[in-house]
Amino acid sequence: MSMNTQGRPSAPSETAITSERATFTGNKALAMEEPLLFEIGRMDVCGVDLDEAEDFAPALGGHARKAVPDLPALTEPEAMRHYVRLSSKNYAIDAGLYPLGSCTMKHNPRLNEKMARLPGFGDVHPLQPLSTVTGAVDLIAELAHWLVTMTGMSAVAMSPKAGAHGELCGMMAIKAAHQAAGRDPKIVLVPESAHGTNPATAALLGYKVVSIEAREDGTVDPAAVKARIAEHAGDIAGIMLTNPNTCGLFERDIIAIAEAIHAADGYFYCDGANFNAIVGKARPGDLGVDAMHINLHKTFSTPHGGGGPGAGPVVLSERLAPFAPLPFLRKGEGGIEWVETDAELKDGEQPFGRMTAFHGQMGMYVRALAYMKSHGADGLKQASEDAVLNANYVRVGLQDLMSLPFGQRWCMHEVLFDDSFLKDTGVTTLDFAKAMIDEGYHPMTMYFPLVVHGAMLIEPTESESRASLDLFIATMRDLVMSAQKGETDRFKGAPFHAPRGRLDETRAARSPVLKWERPAATAVQPQAAE
Amino acid sequence: MRYLPLSDTDRADMLARVGISDVDEIFVDIPKSARIDGLLDLPRRQSEFAVERDLTRMAGKNVAASSVPFFVGAGAYKHHVPASVDHLIQRSEFLTSYTPYQPEVTQGTLQYLFEFQTQVAALTGMEVANASMYDGSTGTAEAVLMAHRVTRRNKAVLSGGLHPQYRQVVEGLSAMAGDRVAALPADPTGTEDILAAIDDETSCVVVQSPSFYGQLIDLKPIAEKAHAHGALLIAVFTEVVSLGLIEAPGEQGADIVVGEGQSIGNGLNFGGPYVGLFATRQKFIRQMPGRLCGETVDANGKRGFVLTLSTREQHIRRDKATSNICTNSGLCCLAFTIHMTLLGGNGLAKLARINHANAVKLKGALDGVAGVSVLNDAFFNEFTVKLPKPAAEVVEALAAKGVLGGVPVSRLEPGKAELADLLLVASSEVNSDEDRAAFVAALKEVLA
Repeated sequence: MSMNTQGRPSAPSETAITSERATFTGNKALAMEEPLLFEIGRMDVCGVDLDEAEDFAPALGGHARKAVPDLPALTEPEAMRHYVRLSSKNYAIDAGLYPLGSCTMKHNPRLNEKMARLPGFGDVHPLQPLSTVTGAVDLIAELAHWLVTMTGMSAVAMSPKAGAHGELCGMMAIKAAHQAAGRDPKIVLVPESAHGTNPATAALLGYKVVSIEAREDGTVDPAAVKARIAEHAGDIAGIMLTNPNTCGLFERDIIAIAEAIHAADGYFYCDGANFNAIVGKARPGDLGVDAMHINLHKTFSTPHGGGGPGAGPVVLSERLAPFAPLPFLRKGEGGIEWVETDAELKDGEQPFGRMTAFHGQMGMYVRALAYMKSHGADGLKQASEDAVLNANYVRVGLQDLMSLPFGQRWCMHEVLFDDSFLKDTGVTTLDFAKAMIDEGYHPMTMYFPLVVHGAMLIEPTESESRASLDLFIATMRDLVMSAQKGETDRFKGAPFHAPRGRLDETRAARSPVLKWERPAATAVQPQAAE
Repeated sequence: MRYLPLSDTDRADMLARVGISDVDEIFVDIPKSARIDGLLDLPRRQSEFAVERDLTRMAGKNVAASSVPFFVGAGAYKHHVPASVDHLIQRSEFLTSYTPYQPEVTQGTLQYLFEFQTQVAALTGMEVANASMYDGSTGTAEAVLMAHRVTRRNKAVLSGGLHPQYRQVVEGLSAMAGDRVAALPADPTGTEDILAAIDDETSCVVVQSPSFYGQLIDLKPIAEKAHAHGALLIAVFTEVVSLGLIEAPGEQGADIVVGEGQSIGNGLNFGGPYVGLFATRQKFIRQMPGRLCGETVDANGKRGFVLTLSTREQHIRRDKATSNICTNSGLCCLAFTIHMTLLGGNGLAKLARINHANAVKLKGALDGVAGVSVLNDAFFNEFTVKLPKPAAEVVEALAAKGVLGGVPVSRLEPGKAELADLLLVASSEVNSDEDRAAFVAALKEVLA
């Protein structure tokens, strides 16, 4: 599909313009090459004005370093240019549709950034006297109230730093609960469709992972769960189940699964990565969930930032609440109490320890609460409905051309296709995804979940307009038809218009180059420190 | 709702397109008993202005570090961050991008991660660094797990100078994973005999320098003893600016260096998000946790960068992965690397000297207060002060006088009588002579 066909060229040319035309600099107008900072930085400049320390008698006790770190600097204008040029090589939500399934790439409101930077939040220390941070504690308490209310759970452990850290927290609470009951079960059930973090987390805690296969419709069969439980009778610590699951489907037998796990004295850990589909529509607490992390950087729009920071608070059922890690909030007679150490515990409180130094991702809490307050109960529900409607609109727009592994049925906030529509075209799932880049789209999640061959998981989120979805659907249809017509040139070797062509990942892994090394010929001795 | 592009007309048309009239028909798989009838019991939507007013009021109840004489440290430090850093990290292309799984369209993120790894390796004196952990404390726990994999042992020896909350993170995870921890008692002066705690079952020795109490520790003899017993030395720091002035842990024989990078580029944020720095020797890279960015070439032979060695990671190896970490601290890495680039090695050394000079001045000023003594003989920008009465009371009284005068050790180590009178005091480039004078005057009044 060719866009921008309207209007006349402003300067018609005699010769065809090709993108291969070389330039002296290697730049292509706004697409500029940028060296590594070590190739342009210098040891004799500085981008920060600092006064020399006055004469004083150091108290370093012989620990002074002999030479300054061998790190060149850039002045402020040079640094601005370096990083602005680097930024131009990134795809971003603000630039286009980012349909990474299971990642919830929704709009990041800038009010949230502004609020997180208020000095009263951004410039307060975690160990200031509590009397000087009452507003910060209030904010955490209010966010905790929203999370607990939305999920129908008893308590929330706020401190985990990201989703996987939340999983670890939830599973540690489960292990602590078993230990408190004098039990030591060894098995955690994990469906094959799970995120890799689930089995990795269980294994970190010494659990043996037993996998549960998906049934034909892409969901977990309670009968399969019961069969695994029977095989390991008396040894089930719990199940880690994602719901809605990674196939984009709501686990319709979730209550039966929860009951089976509970009957076996196990706990139900729910991976909440896909909570965006059901906020305001259903509460995990009503589904038998004992612990669930909430990715504030997915459902509640704190920016992904190129891979973090995230935040992964874990909501807990009444049975697990006593084991929540330090620090936690307690409702006391005089209001909210902030509990930081074992010395402050009351009867029944049995925290399993601490997940991190300090109190967790305050910067993310502020952003998430600003998002929640902006939406309100009505807006949160609408957002989930729009996210789910958008995914089904994409599904219906593509299902006659692309292949749905589980047939034509409702999906939640993401739609899963497999690659059987590419069979015999000579185009792979990877080729297809890379061709999407040339069309101005970030590819969907590929080859995940593992239960589907050549999985393509598309999550448009509620942030896309109808016009945006229509163009996306039309583009995808054009690509599919092109592949099926045998136009492999469009796919093999794609992308052709990105800042880089396909990168050699095999070479990167075979002989890893993980940092810049000063070329031997130009090596210089760093200056002395004193 | 201002963030939702679909109009009611769009919704009606789209529902018709998918063949239904009510969106609830899509949610058919949710058990009826669990569906929410109506709305959650939470407030309704608010305008941007209304939300801003609410949150600004909450923020106004907190005392910002910049607004008072401020000497609080203990693992998080108040430094000046250049305005350009915060501007650059808010560029859409950095802020609203995902983990760089599609390298052709994420070279911006990948190149700064490569630069970040290079800077961290140089600062720590190590051969390789990863693309960050959540923070220093979780990074320390990961370092211990890594040492267990490398040595095939499971006993960690923790110095009494390790940040108490770092110790608790390690202890909690170790207890759950069935690993052993030998934690030495609190060591404010750096005089513990950690060498005696190292034996042939030791997997790693975890030592913080500058210690939680501010004391600089000579890592070389510890590294030698550890290596003689087949154990690794994990060197921890919570104040990365110190590396501008003191000898790099890698030069002292550390096998894994892990620490908190917040001081460079990142604000206090009431404890997070921060950025964990993690570096080690080349020979251990396949046992490292976390993401690694590596150099390669593209189809046209141009240099480019990719995430690499991902066969260590959870999305490939699942229950055999080196860690469960996925999302890390991407944007905090960016803030770190921009600030570090503005400073350069010479700027960092200069900044570190100013920090140290201010701490020395502060020590001099506090030495003159009756009943107060500084416990550390070698320190960077933080030290421990012994007071004539419980430090927790003193800190509250100082706060009432508008001075945030440090962290009582008892806040992190409650119930230990020998630590009750100890106060941790930090000083950085932001402290002026006036700040120090205000601190000393307030302290004299409080102790009078």
